[in-house]
Amino acid sequence: MAAPIDLHEVMDREREERFRTRWRVKACASTACMSAGAGATIQAVEDMVEREDMELEVQVIPTGCMGLCSAGPLMRMMRRGGDETDYQKVTPDAAKEIVRSHVLNEEPVPEHLLDTTMPFFTSQERVVLANGGVINPDRIESYVAHGGYQALEKALTSMKPKQVIEEIRRSGLRGRGGAGYPVGSKWSLLAAAGGKTKYVVANGDEGDPGAYMDRTIMEDDPHRLIEGIAIAAYATGADQAYIYVRAEYPRAIERLDRAIRVARRNRLLGRKILDTNFSLAVEVRIGAGAFVCGEETALMASIEGRRGTPQLRPPYPTEKGLWGAPTMINNVETLANVAPIIDRGGDWFASIGTEKSTGTKVFALAGDIVNTGLIEVPMGTSLREIVEEIGGGVPDGRSFKAAQTGGPSGGCIPAKFLDTPVDYESLRELGSIMGSGGLIVMDDEVRMPDVAKFFMEFSMDESCGKCTPCRAGTVQMHNLLQRITDGNGTRRDLRDLEHLCSVVRDMSLCGLGQSAPNPVISTLQYFRSEYEALIDEEEVVHA
Amino acid sequence: MSDTTTRAVVGVSDRQQGEHPSGDNRFDLIDKHLKRGRYAQDQLIETLHVAQDVFGYLSEDILIYVARALRLPPSMVYGVATFYQLFTFDPPGDHACTVCTGTACFVKGADDIVKGVSNAYDVPAGETSEDGSLTLKTARCLGSCGLAPVVVFDGEVLGHQNTESTLELVAAAVGGVD
Repeated sequence: MAAPIDLHEVMDREREERFRTRWRVKACASTACMSAGAGATIQAVEDMVEREDMELEVQVIPTGCMGLCSAGPLMRMMRRGGDETDYQKVTPDAAKEIVRSHVLNEEPVPEHLLDTTMPFFTSQERVVLANGGVINPDRIESYVAHGGYQALEKALTSMKPKQVIEEIRRSGLRGRGGAGYPVGSKWSLLAAAGGKTKYVVANGDEGDPGAYMDRTIMEDDPHRLIEGIAIAAYATGADQAYIYVRAEYPRAIERLDRAIRVARRNRLLGRKILDTNFSLAVEVRIGAGAFVCGEETALMASIEGRRGTPQLRPPYPTEKGLWGAPTMINNVETLANVAPIIDRGGDWFASIGTEKSTGTKVFALAGDIVNTGLIEVPMGTSLREIVEEIGGGVPDGRSFKAAQTGGPSGGCIPAKFLDTPVDYESLRELGSIMGSGGLIVMDDEVRMPDVAKFFMEFSMDESCGKCTPCRAGTVQMHNLLQRITDGNGTRRDLRDLEHLCSVVRDMSLCGLGQSAPNPVISTLQYFRSEYEALIDEEEVVHA
Repeated sequence: MSDTTTRAVVGVSDRQQGEHPSGDNRFDLIDKHLKRGRYAQDQLIETLHVAQDVFGYLSEDILIYVARALRLPPSMVYGVATFYQLFTFDPPGDHACTVCTGTACFVKGADDIVKGVSNAYDVPAGETSEDGSLTLKTARCLGSCGLAPVVVFDGEVLGHQNTESTLELVAAAVGGVD
């Protein structure tokens, strides 16, 4: 058996490497920037460095997501022990010019400068995404150099499993997948469960359209997730873990597979981790395109290789989960919070955010908004700050109409509630949910009944068909919405629609059906006149 | 279970390497995957992914082959394969145009792109044109919402698309329409 990784030695070595060159060029190589041409940009810089013999002066480091996807490709020039300059929309030619200008003349290139003093950057607090734009996700050394696996070492060598759970409980961390269940309580349930085999599962089936924070964590900081899983397994007594990833994320699957192999080679996974008595095997399992598999019982069925249909709870997975054994399922973002909590303490984490919703939340900001991308803010930040300051407001002289959170299970929040703090309870009071963190801004051109129909079509397609209220109800609701948005609806259709909302919500077997009416309910609540306008006109025609 | 494993492994080692009894060596790639997963029945979804990667789609023959190899009833394999949206049962077209229809892309007009391509090439979303040149697909959310609307053409992710730009893209590969 090879010796385990020496974290401190790796840190020292990385520090030396960091100071080897006078300049470091960090270039975002995350999906959004790659689609904007980052591949060619990075290649151009690497070629130039080689051709012009600048290797002793410059090192090029591809990194994970820097955040402001709409300004990609993004690049950062870092001077040894000194200042950093950020650039946006960096084409290959611009990149060469920027690097030359810095290295030869110590001059920035004004045309592509990115203003990092704008609220998009200054109002964020990065815990989960702290490594985004900083580390090279393909190198475990890079993760270790930034404090990676210190928390696992600390937990394994100086904390009892109970103490780890206590720390998580103190942090107040709640599930980031949507429902907000206290993580410490969930861990205690699995720890208390009997039996020889126990499983920990990371839920990376990020199915909410509009959310991509889990993808970004898995692609850009895979070791952070692995470290969180290992700590969770140690605390709860599990020795097998799965990461369930949607097949739509091939890059995440590839990165995780490689990260697991590397972690095993360094004795951070596998048998006798870091020479302790703790062992853990981690395996990636792939979905195949079914939204319902985000529901934990459906997810387990899929891991077992079966149709992903949900089961009634109880029994809860912590009693009877994968292959009948106690199983705990945590969302990817939840697990990405674990290492920092163990590192810096539950009290530190609890000091961020609000009393009931601690820590930060990552949002995927998209739709009719100037700055699109991934942001991370303390819980309790107001929607107004997110939309108007961080997001830069609605473009093209249009005005804000609604923010959609929680995807097909959530609702639309109108302008009059912009000052609402974003936390689990406040969003629920408004008829929406936190969900996994998709935040889609809609301007005054968007017709809300169309939005309701869009989500109902989604839920109708994704209903697994096991229970009748969801299978038949979503189809009927979609028919009614189709009729109404076509201008052929009647008052009676509207009444039927409202009735079905409560039937499907109250009678469905799992969360998919129970929350499917939410987009209809919330748009009826806040934008009822739009539905009525569609109906009134038609009744006049009939008369 | 152990019985299954032995029998299946013997089946593989019986014949010469690189020569599948059916004459189609692509089955070897499936066999390799099955062997690595020790013919565990819970590897079904992964196996179907591999089979689809290799063959482009899942024919009945392939489903039966996988069912036998994993000693699962064909009804179960068929049930699992049809449950998940990413599995397809028809040969794909020469080119694939996937339009993301996630929320951000919807707000930014993805529906118009789908309709535009669908009308121009007379191919309903989710299907392949009659001449087999183009498959038009929609995706739930590709998680590139900052680039909305997003189109993936033959594997390349393209952001900020509209109907015209997408039609140009398709025309360049497939040929224009009258």
